[in-house]
Amino acid sequence: MEFAFSDEQEMIRTSAEGFLADVSNCAAVRAAMGSDKGYDPALWQRLCTEMYWPAIHIPEAYGGLGLGFVELNILLEQMGRRLFCSPFFATACLATPALLMTADEAQKNTWLAPIAEGRLTATLAFTRGSGWGAEDIQATASAEGEGFVVDGLFGQVIDGDCAGLLIVAARTPGSTSESGISLFAVEAGREGIERQWLPTMDQTRRLARLQFNRVYLGPEALLGEVGNAWPALHKVLQLACIGLAAEQVGGAQQVLDLSVAYMQERQQFGRPIASFQALKHRAADMMLQVECARSASYYAACVAQEVLDPQGDPQVAAELPLAAALAKAQCSQSYFHCAAESIQLHGGVGFTWEYDPHLYFKRARASESYLGAPAWHLQQIATLIIGEQP
Amino acid sequence: MKISFSEQDERFRQEVADWLAGNLCGEFEPLRFRGGPGDEHMYPQQRKAWERKLAEGRWTCVGWAPEHGGRGLSISQQVIFHEEYARAGGPGRMGHIGEGLAGPTIAAFGNDEQRRRLLPGIVSGTQFWCQGYSEPSAGSDLANVKTRASLEHGRWVINGQKVWTSLAHESDWCFVIARTEPGSVGHRGLSFLLVPMAQAGISVRPIEQMTGTSEFNEVFFDNASTDAANLIGQPGDGWKIAMALLGFERGVSTLGQQMQFANELNEVIAIAKANGAARDPLLRQRLAEAWCGLRIMRYNSLRMLSGAQDGALRKEATIYKLFWSSWHANLGKLAMDVLGTDAELLEAAPYQLTRLQSLYLFSRADTLYGGSNEIQRNIIAERALGMPKEPRLRP
Repeated sequence: MEFAFSDEQEMIRTSAEGFLADVSNCAAVRAAMGSDKGYDPALWQRLCTEMYWPAIHIPEAYGGLGLGFVELNILLEQMGRRLFCSPFFATACLATPALLMTADEAQKNTWLAPIAEGRLTATLAFTRGSGWGAEDIQATASAEGEGFVVDGLFGQVIDGDCAGLLIVAARTPGSTSESGISLFAVEAGREGIERQWLPTMDQTRRLARLQFNRVYLGPEALLGEVGNAWPALHKVLQLACIGLAAEQVGGAQQVLDLSVAYMQERQQFGRPIASFQALKHRAADMMLQVECARSASYYAACVAQEVLDPQGDPQVAAELPLAAALAKAQCSQSYFHCAAESIQLHGGVGFTWEYDPHLYFKRARASESYLGAPAWHLQQIATLIIGEQP
Repeated sequence: MKISFSEQDERFRQEVADWLAGNLCGEFEPLRFRGGPGDEHMYPQQRKAWERKLAEGRWTCVGWAPEHGGRGLSISQQVIFHEEYARAGGPGRMGHIGEGLAGPTIAAFGNDEQRRRLLPGIVSGTQFWCQGYSEPSAGSDLANVKTRASLEHGRWVINGQKVWTSLAHESDWCFVIARTEPGSVGHRGLSFLLVPMAQAGISVRPIEQMTGTSEFNEVFFDNASTDAANLIGQPGDGWKIAMALLGFERGVSTLGQQMQFANELNEVIAIAKANGAARDPLLRQRLAEAWCGLRIMRYNSLRMLSGAQDGALRKEATIYKLFWSSWHANLGKLAMDVLGTDAELLEAAPYQLTRLQSLYLFSRADTLYGGSNEIQRNIIAERALGMPKEPRLRP
């Protein structure tokens, strides 16, 4: 047991921090979020071919770097800190783990290598977006000939309008809850798929609605067994919660840093407002939130590491349901608290479009509800530690 | 970064568990799960005997360096030791102030003679220590210490009063911050003295707390004295040493405390299941939040420990006390809410509290002692975030 970054991990953290401070500064974020695609494609190519980030947790056999979830977590924290607009989260945190956990050799060779090389972006579509459990998967997949016909609506699909590959969950007609769920890998351009970008309050992440109108998929599109995808998909969603939590830690840290810097600079009553105890104590509470979120996030990343590694410690991997719910609940609450405080501590300018706090305040709310709000995750934890609610 | 334990660590876990199973029984059986916070006044003599039993098995001071008589265990193995100790219901440690505070301070700031003379008594579980810091007019403003000491014929003669001294009546030694430079103010002119408790010049008066029990005491020094050889460091080094000691306070011993918290939370969950409180969605949510907080506390402390080989604390460590004290006070309230109307019923007259009532009341001290939550927030803002210090009237 060693609960600190190794030298190599510290190097990855430092280089990500430096790179993103340069390419995802305030002006760059605002340019990207107002652009057609919502991100800078040229910068994305640099990130793929110079930094190899989408390859970080893909095994070497499929052209990746063969590192683990802890390294991925390090990148996500830094991206969250800089509100980095890119297809990274959907590709690396939703689609790639789904492929790693369910795809056969041929499918891994087909999809993981282009992702690792930056030639392909991907995402996951599974519910209409009003709930995040197995029962909320409502699109259908009916057997037809050797393949399947997928039909239905998917909401809240991150980068759904521009990803090249869609990992799609659908259920056998008539099935309910955790049974009957299948997973497919589908090229986004396939006939019968309508993709619609949804303008959102948080402009740093793109959401889309996807309509599948009786889309025919051959047998090669099926990931894993027919009707038996929920256990793997559930793990993928838990890993994604952990990834999202890492972004939230980065965001919370950044609003704390911005607020302290502003309070040191702003003078009232002839002294920096940072010297007033009323404000110092609020900043101290923000730091408490940031550090607790970070502890939850790093713990969960260590659990995720063992889940993603085929040789991982099964006892630690078994903590995934609790670790994911803990990280998502804590980091969501901490991020929102800090983002809201940062507006207050900035005073009037915190309410302007020009200053950055509103970008974090909006992102914090969006991340809080995606993949389940804190109250929902706390219910999951209560069930695990107390038992089902009678 | 990795949280799984190695096979060697797991063998060590078995060794600890086996030793405790074979020794925490018989005459020591009544001590199981006793003597924790709020219960520290119970079974003092038996718990001292238990310290000697631990020492026989070399289970005191497990994190100390071998040259000081410790086992020099790695952080992982110290975590394991504390986990197994709490799992077995190991009693609250009578020796924790010596092992966690006095010993590390003597090791870091004392001279060879002092280390040779004083550390073995801590390791062997035969010498017990208490902490003489707070005074009636030096609480949050600790530097306002008035207790004074002067060197007369090779002995420091001490006059003044300390307060909130835990276990003073059960201790052999007290480490005292005293003003040795007449006329000095604030953190200058203070010294760190080790004072034997068994002498006519020291009287101890228990403070009756809101729990009806008395863990804390007032200690009066009326021409008490200690040998000149019991000064740690140089005259005037007292503040520096006292502050370093607060760093040791946030050390590995916190892991043992967390395990006691885990036992308390498990008891609350068991009651909620038994009395139907677990059907209430709001209480379920609060129980889940309490569970989350405890898990976070564990990883807060592991981050703190993993980064500090030299004992120096990183900025992040400043949040630790504020977090656990608030968490524990909330757990006390949650325990009462889970119990509902039964929360009122005492174990026995005249005022014998149940374990959870004791937790509810005693945890109100947690957010005060060792630096109140308000002082903790000042420390976080000033030392970790670099915000300006409070303006002070005294230099």
